[in-house]
Amino acid sequence: MAQANAAAPAPKANMGQPVPRYDARLKVTGGARYPSDVAVNNPAFAFLVTSAIAKGRIMRLDLLEARAVRGVLDILTHEDTSDLKAGKFEGGASTSIDKLGPDIFHDGQIIAMVLADTYEAAREAAYKVRTTYAPVNPSASFDADGIEVEDATKVSARHKEMPRKGDAEAALATADVVIDAHYATPTQHHNPIELFSTTCVWTDYQLTIHEPSQFVYGLKAGVAQRLGIDADKVRVISQFVGGAFGSKGSMTPRTALVALAARKLNRPVKLVATRDQGFTIATYRAETRHHIRLGAQSDGKIMAYSHEGFEVSSRPDPYVVAGVEESAHLYDFGAVQTKVNIVRADRNTPGFMRSPPVVPYIYALESAMDELASNLKIDPVELRRINDTATDPIEGKPYSSRSLMRCYDEAADAFGWQQRSPASGSMRDGDWLIGWGCASAVYPTHVGVATARIRLLANGQVRVQTAAHEIGNGIYTILAQLAAERLGVPMSAVTVEVGDSMLPPAPVAGGSNTSASTCSAVLKACDAIREKLFRAVSTINTVGGKSVVSEPTLRDGKVVASDGMAETFSDVFKRIGASALEEYAEYVPPGVKAEAVAQLYAGTSTQTGGPHGQYLMYAQGAEFVEVRIHAHTREIRVPRIVGAFAGGRIMNPRTARSQYMGGMIWGISSALHEATEIDRNRARYVNDNLADYLIPVNADIQQLEVILVPEEDQMVNPAGVKGIGELANVGTAAAIANAVYHATGQRVRELPIRLEKLLV
Amino acid sequence: MRPFSFESVTTANDAIAAGASGDGGMEFLAGGTTLIDLMKLDVMRPTRVVDINALARTELGRIDVQRQGLRLGALVRMAEAAEHADINTVYPAVAQSLRLAASQQIRNMASLAGNVLQRTRCPYFRDVSYEQCNKREPGSGCAALDGINRSHAVLGTSDQCIASYPGDFAQALIALGAIVDIAGPRGMRDIPFAALHRKPGDAPDIETTLQSGEMITAFFIPAALWTRRSVFLKIRDRESYEFALASAVVALDLEEDKVRDVRIALGGVATIPWRATAAEAVLKGKVLSARSKRAAADAAFADAHAHEHNAFKIELGKRTLIRALDQAAAMEI
Repeated sequence: MAQANAAAPAPKANMGQPVPRYDARLKVTGGARYPSDVAVNNPAFAFLVTSAIAKGRIMRLDLLEARAVRGVLDILTHEDTSDLKAGKFEGGASTSIDKLGPDIFHDGQIIAMVLADTYEAAREAAYKVRTTYAPVNPSASFDADGIEVEDATKVSARHKEMPRKGDAEAALATADVVIDAHYATPTQHHNPIELFSTTCVWTDYQLTIHEPSQFVYGLKAGVAQRLGIDADKVRVISQFVGGAFGSKGSMTPRTALVALAARKLNRPVKLVATRDQGFTIATYRAETRHHIRLGAQSDGKIMAYSHEGFEVSSRPDPYVVAGVEESAHLYDFGAVQTKVNIVRADRNTPGFMRSPPVVPYIYALESAMDELASNLKIDPVELRRINDTATDPIEGKPYSSRSLMRCYDEAADAFGWQQRSPASGSMRDGDWLIGWGCASAVYPTHVGVATARIRLLANGQVRVQTAAHEIGNGIYTILAQLAAERLGVPMSAVTVEVGDSMLPPAPVAGGSNTSASTCSAVLKACDAIREKLFRAVSTINTVGGKSVVSEPTLRDGKVVASDGMAETFSDVFKRIGASALEEYAEYVPPGVKAEAVAQLYAGTSTQTGGPHGQYLMYAQGAEFVEVRIHAHTREIRVPRIVGAFAGGRIMNPRTARSQYMGGMIWGISSALHEATEIDRNRARYVNDNLADYLIPVNADIQQLEVILVPEEDQMVNPAGVKGIGELANVGTAAAIANAVYHATGQRVRELPIRLEKLLV
Repeated sequence: MRPFSFESVTTANDAIAAGASGDGGMEFLAGGTTLIDLMKLDVMRPTRVVDINALARTELGRIDVQRQGLRLGALVRMAEAAEHADINTVYPAVAQSLRLAASQQIRNMASLAGNVLQRTRCPYFRDVSYEQCNKREPGSGCAALDGINRSHAVLGTSDQCIASYPGDFAQALIALGAIVDIAGPRGMRDIPFAALHRKPGDAPDIETTLQSGEMITAFFIPAALWTRRSVFLKIRDRESYEFALASAVVALDLEEDKVRDVRIALGGVATIPWRATAAEAVLKGKVLSARSKRAAADAAFADAHAHEHNAFKIELGKRTLIRALDQAAAMEI
């Protein structure tokens, strides 16, 4: 067992062991092969050419100079890619803007792909492509001429109804206090360190795609559809993903292009897009605006919650996150009215980014909660307690479990919240103003249809197979842990295979469902093997010559009876007459139709949970931060952050802590740093590189404490797991904004909070 | 990246000879932390690259702390100067300006001359897909004027260019009255550091007064009463690895609380390394008070000209200068 330390917290109730990552050594030694590391025979190299305007039409592409570069094999443009069928926005694709022109819908749209013998030649030739455009004035974002605003329920297939209860306007009219405020969040990009890459290899009409993916079955089906071939002819391999955060969940236009090029050249083709291209050839977190009204009694009880959201999307695709569907369940609100609007602009289509709905909407709500607390002179923690609830404020159904206030209390204690002086501007250290703030974190507990295959050999070796995705979530590790525990073998005896569409399908690694879904399927397969072993011993009715009485289990490579008598696997296998037992299992969550398994095989992932079942299923947490702001020059630093989180069963406290830690740091980043700047006249991203798109560096993160709050929940899924991958970056930005107010008395309602907003 | 010829030289004479035979497409390569980046971005397109790193074994790689002043070879790496004990004691602003720049990895690579010659971070300059950039394509216009200009300059701008000078070390050099030694096809010469950079004016593409084929060989910072009481203060969005929104170098010669003499430079706010002589004049002979400091700061930014996103730099620049004055005055030397 690993020794407990800060990185590997000792397990509390309902937590597994903090074993080191299954793939840790591979990752730190370079042994982990990411998709672009996979060597293929004699590849041609692709380099993308992207548009320099956001709207208009390509009038002319002059390829003469580019084709003359030595080593250039071909240049694909809209004229030679018309064989590709259009991707469907609703079919799992991130965008329907996948033609190379001549119409331009957004900045950085792919308009050509150069193919050459070397990467250098492809890149040089790409610089030499001359494009003549007929540009049209683009609409960049909110407030631009030419944007279109639509009610999301009218245009989004995924969001037909928004939460509503009672008469919020009437409740607001009679409330003692009303907070009426507008908030805004900027465009943000995932910027995983691993760039967007695709390598395609054709072998006898079989296509193999090496691409970092959060959904290999979805990518397989999507590419097959665009190429017009049978999905069985496509295999996607993605054994390690170097950061994804949502950006690698959906098919993007590049994949089918590379596949087409490889078929055309009859040669493997490898593409690694550049950092700046990554800003426009994949998705991003759309900028949002919020109008919130909270009405409350003077004792803090909330009587009404009204929330109208506005989200930017592209012209053709109605992408929307509609986070009111989650925020409306957080407290005992009384009356609720919500609305979400899509703002169509000349932009690439946004998409999932870590905690897509809750990050912007909970930021807005938790900021308003703090405004309400200040207004009422109630401690912000106590305001949450007053409005805590065990049942759904909308439909009245119970929470499967809810530990919000326990998280608050544990985090507040660790932080020393009792020492807070409530008045803003009242805490100071020399020239530095100090502010303390807090906010709730919440994330819906999703579980999806998943399948797995397990093989146990007579010598105790175990193989776990499921097409799950290792995106840093630790799925190799926890599946190995789980199988080892259920089958009574050491973790070193378990081999885990994920990230390959030849394996039994697993859901998209999105919505924090991977652990819940795949653990449930693996549990089921393990239990089937256990059953076979138990049946074998109970048929004989003896273990080691003695009668089996009841409740056998597997331990140390043996079947062990409750009286302690044991028989080795190899003896039991001999009796069964097999050298291996293999079980395939399908996990289908309650309320999901059985055909969802077939759909998963066909590339459509089904998830349920959150507000959609018999119970409300959510993971919760509380975050407390200290900010320091220089009294004169106003730079903002976060020296201290404490988060406490309850996420049902914690499979591995080490990997869980890492998830939470990364989330909290990203939360700090989203509050103070991250924003993709858009040139409003040109509708183009300007800071499309990691020097200008700021994220915190090590020096920005000082004390960070993660508290794992024990929680048991039998309702969520057989594994008892609530997804935690997207929990900890929710609420952080509000906690920081609230702390900034506490330090300065200035409410900054637009992220990121940069020093110029405090210079006034 | 476009094809180019590459050669290495081992003596200063060979480097100068290479420069003399150049056709204008020649660039010297030292640490490469700017040049290689900009070549990859297709912004700089040299046809010939001359690697001068071997010259670091000559006096170009030497640090010499003399009674008359500090001589820094052009190829001294930033990290080496930043960590030098005597520089930290006698010229603290020099060490601080280097230590707070870039990352340790870049400081290990980048040379001092390369550092002062680094190009602007204006995103429209660094991305060739923007048609308008007078610095990159003379006469094409300036996208930053009506674009994203939060990082841009408020001092020394023109209607052709508002790109800010990104470096930190140069502020220490200009404040402390450094001299630049230059070698070139027509011999050696030296100029005040303040004469090295050119304001954008009508020709933002011409950034320095260096002639074709010339190279910087050393910087000399004269010893003075104010160097020990000198600070570099850098205000930025994050704690490390980030360019200044505003910075200030202040070097003070105090007699009790009266300013006998002062040197001030401002960074992050100007198109070139910026000596704030008007602010110096306000303070000279005065007691450092809230009023005199504010008057100096106002004088420093009297000619400032802001655009849509960078107006805050005027107030931030003033407060940065005042804070630097306070820090310098509080130093124990």
